[in-house]
Amino acid sequence: MLDACGLESAEALFRHLPGEVRIKRPLALDPGISEYDIVDYFRARAAENATGYASFLGAGVYAHYRPVMVDTVVLRGEFLTSYTPYQAEISQGTLTTIFEFQTMICQLTGMDVANASMYDGSTAVPEAAMMAVRVTGRDRVLVARTVHPEYREVLRTYALHQGMPVDDFEYQSDSGSLDLEDLDRKLDDHTAAVIVQTPNFFGVVENIRSVAEIAHRRGALLIVIFTEAVALGLLAPPADADIVAGELQSFAISPSYGGPYAGVIATKEKFIRQMPGRLVGETRDSRGNRAFCLTLATREQHIRREKATSNICTNQALIALMATVFMSVYGKQGLRELAEQNLAKAHYLSGKLKPRFTGPFFNEFAAVTNGRSPNDINQALLKKKIVGGLPLAGWYPELENSVLLCATEMTRRERMDEVAQAFSPVREQEQVQV
Amino acid sequence: MTYPEELRYTKEHEWVLAEGDVGTVGITWHAQKELGDIVYVDLPKPGTRVEQGKSLGSVESVKAVSDIYSPVSGEVIETNETLSQSPEKLNEDPHGAAWLVKIRMSAPDEMKGLLAAAAYQTYVGAET
Amino acid sequence: MIKKVRSHITQNESLLFEKSSPGKTGYQLPALDVPAVDSQAALGAHNVRNEIEHFPEVSEVEVIRHFTRLSTWNYAIDLGLYPLGSCTMKYNPRVNELVARLEGLAWAHPYQPESLSQGSMEIMARLESALLEITGMDAITLQPAAGAHGELTGILLVRALLEKRGNPRKKILIPDSAHGTNPATAAIAGYAVENLRSNARGTVDLAELERMVDKDVAALMVTNPNTIGVFEEKITRAAEILHKKGALLYMDGANMNALVGVARPGDFGVDVMHLNLHKTFSTPHGGGGPGGGPVAVKKILEPFLPVPRLKRTRNKWTFDYKRPRSIGRVRAFYGNFGVIVRALAYILAHGGDGLRNATVDAVMNANYLRKKLEPYYDLPYTAPNMHEVVFSDDRQAKLGVRTGDIAKRLIDYGFHPYTVSFPLIVHGALMIEPTETESKDELDLFADAMISIAQEVETDPEMVRKAPHNTRTSRVDEVTAARRPVLRWTPEQPRTKTAD
Repeated sequence: MLDACGLESAEALFRHLPGEVRIKRPLALDPGISEYDIVDYFRARAAENATGYASFLGAGVYAHYRPVMVDTVVLRGEFLTSYTPYQAEISQGTLTTIFEFQTMICQLTGMDVANASMYDGSTAVPEAAMMAVRVTGRDRVLVARTVHPEYREVLRTYALHQGMPVDDFEYQSDSGSLDLEDLDRKLDDHTAAVIVQTPNFFGVVENIRSVAEIAHRRGALLIVIFTEAVALGLLAPPADADIVAGELQSFAISPSYGGPYAGVIATKEKFIRQMPGRLVGETRDSRGNRAFCLTLATREQHIRREKATSNICTNQALIALMATVFMSVYGKQGLRELAEQNLAKAHYLSGKLKPRFTGPFFNEFAAVTNGRSPNDINQALLKKKIVGGLPLAGWYPELENSVLLCATEMTRRERMDEVAQAFSPVREQEQVQV
Repeated sequence: MTYPEELRYTKEHEWVLAEGDVGTVGITWHAQKELGDIVYVDLPKPGTRVEQGKSLGSVESVKAVSDIYSPVSGEVIETNETLSQSPEKLNEDPHGAAWLVKIRMSAPDEMKGLLAAAAYQTYVGAET
Repeated sequence: MIKKVRSHITQNESLLFEKSSPGKTGYQLPALDVPAVDSQAALGAHNVRNEIEHFPEVSEVEVIRHFTRLSTWNYAIDLGLYPLGSCTMKYNPRVNELVARLEGLAWAHPYQPESLSQGSMEIMARLESALLEITGMDAITLQPAAGAHGELTGILLVRALLEKRGNPRKKILIPDSAHGTNPATAAIAGYAVENLRSNARGTVDLAELERMVDKDVAALMVTNPNTIGVFEEKITRAAEILHKKGALLYMDGANMNALVGVARPGDFGVDVMHLNLHKTFSTPHGGGGPGGGPVAVKKILEPFLPVPRLKRTRNKWTFDYKRPRSIGRVRAFYGNFGVIVRALAYILAHGGDGLRNATVDAVMNANYLRKKLEPYYDLPYTAPNMHEVVFSDDRQAKLGVRTGDIAKRLIDYGFHPYTVSFPLIVHGALMIEPTETESKDELDLFADAMISIAQEVETDPEMVRKAPHNTRTSRVDEVTAARRPVLRWTPEQPRTKTAD
């Protein structure tokens, strides 16, 4: 090949680079290793992490069983090693699955259109907020304090330089659900959107209809966030929202220490042109057969550049495919049954503890610790190979002795009993041990 | 292509037809040809004030967006609703049925600075 | 003569919604070991949904057949050369998939105690230090989810530094050859975009740069090698011009595959850059994601990096959240950890020498294709190219055949097309990036196909314009799709079956 290129050595390929930009030494990295060594290295790292623990953590990332079918499909090279389906004629596999994904998200959320997915739930929030700003011509957003705290941090990072003021509104300290009076007080004619999450960060299911009424009365859009997609199998769809933005991690996407996940934005038909992200549409090929293609691309950065609806380039196709396979495997009946199992498990656990809030909850709830420090309880649980709940005081100083606990279809009854025991007052525990 | 005599043209490929103080605005046959199949037209709401030479909306093909620059200043009094359902009309009849907006002109003298049909024809060159 | 493929049978397949029938299922849940709960009582009747209308109801075997059949309608790297310029479609090693799925990694919850996350944190730290060595930068964040997300992070860092110096400034300069994400990013970070015209070589015009950089310019965003595959030889001088006026140099690392082990952005004046783990470091593109977009910076920008940052304290990794000058979070948790694992596996497999060899091969493969195709296609910019080469359709356009047509005909020859009509500074661009993982045989097959198409353009342009001819789906009507968007399946809508 060197001969064909008319070069005497491979080094000649770089001769035109100025001397000062070239690195004069080999990279200071270890020599390459074999496949076996690679597997060995990562096995050792994996063993330094929690393995064999039962976990009661939720808080935006949920441990749900991943049907074997999911990896069977996504490991097919045709899905794994293709790229964005620019060339529709040889990308109908990806395009069809995205169309099915968009359809199922609409069916679940009660929206008219869904995009082909976003990076994750947290980045879908500022994208939805910016969309509301474009739709309404207003600039401010009001976000519930019960939206995932890290999502709110991401929203603030994005909003800072766009002249988009972000203000919080409160939750009711007894029910853990939205403080609608506080919302009503803080809403003004500059508010583009009200952002709420259901089930909220405390696991409490919100009444979307009443918050929609309040937001719409002042001309603001309602953005509904979800982090626990399995809840959609049982909860009424947030059809009163104008935009739904969520995280699909619960649909067979491994927790994977925080990513990759897949977010999604769904909305009403009339807002399509302001939507961020890829969209797949149905059409025909020149022989008249049904075909799919990327569409409405003029919203996007590669065409509209600085006037685009977002700087996002592509979607999370493979992760969205995991969710699509998951939804297909569970289907209409399975998703409901799965959600009902989650509901039952969490209610079994809550029955043995003292819930902090009175609002209805799905598979997650805050429990108070009976005067013991959440940390002590969690340390005790670790000894039993249980990762306990998330102490809430870090983000909510007013919830000093509260822990957020999650139970899913993978949570066994015996392990819940052990957690309940760890929460019980010290004297009682001693008695148990005697 | 022969450009109608009664219209006045811009170098950005818009046309305007003045009737009293109302100017009907569209894009030229040349513009639609350059764009190819038009799939979407974004027009301002009636009541919007527009300025000569400033963007009043945009037209889109599958892979391009083009601004429409207002040939005259004034207030938009009507938009062509049929284009939202049938943007392809812009390819079929750009100088007639596929007009974009009607503007109540605030400075009808601006018309004098626009190109007559022959001058526009020369500007875009011979076309088929 | 089409050598790589012949036509083959593919199965028809309708949408899941059309295959569904009531009561069919493909799942099995464990028996409930706690009492069932009445959902209406627990949640309130108004909070409980009716059935999910038209949601799929299919069996397990129908699910596997459905997705397997659909998969056969895709082209993929696993089937052959995928020369999509700027996308670095290299082979995705399968060991990466295995290690990313190890239980301790795949099931790690981001909020599990740090004491039970040391393995994850060590992996992140090791990737950070490898990427710093590769880029010659001083500090790095792995948090951004993709390239464009990295760009946003990087420009927010620029803004934070300038703000601290007293003036965030107003403009970002972007060459006319840039990816569309660059201007879109600048806009989200609150900057106006100014276009920097390329010179006759297709590179940054220093005189023009000197003229444009003033006290309102925050940064220049440059891709190096740029989108025509040419190394910006005057990059050090460009950095000086910017730095003298208090502006910064941002490098879009989309084309790092041409530089690893050969040149380091940190050594040629770059202040901040992003990497694309899914391009340079082999993590699979997955039909359009996930990716990873780490952002590496010089010391002056470190205080502003997103929280949290990895920190070594008493032989343990911890996350440092107390960073008052940080721009904040750009996403929840710590980044696309699963992608981080795969990228590290790639780096470990190659080592320093192997990475450099990959760069050499990537550049050689592009030069080889350039040599083979130069007699048949116009090369508007003739400076030495690195990892990709950009031709123009000038010669073919005279016969009425455009780059998009040639691309479609390439499909008939069994290849994925190159990148079409980008960069914008090349009229009718054919942007070809073979990557290092292609053998000479595969490159020759591709070159033969391109040459054969050039000849077809001369003899039968109409046939090329109507391509592809051999695919199960012929040319798709994108105009109707955009005019009357159908973005989801509904039972009412009149439908054409996938194939009748």
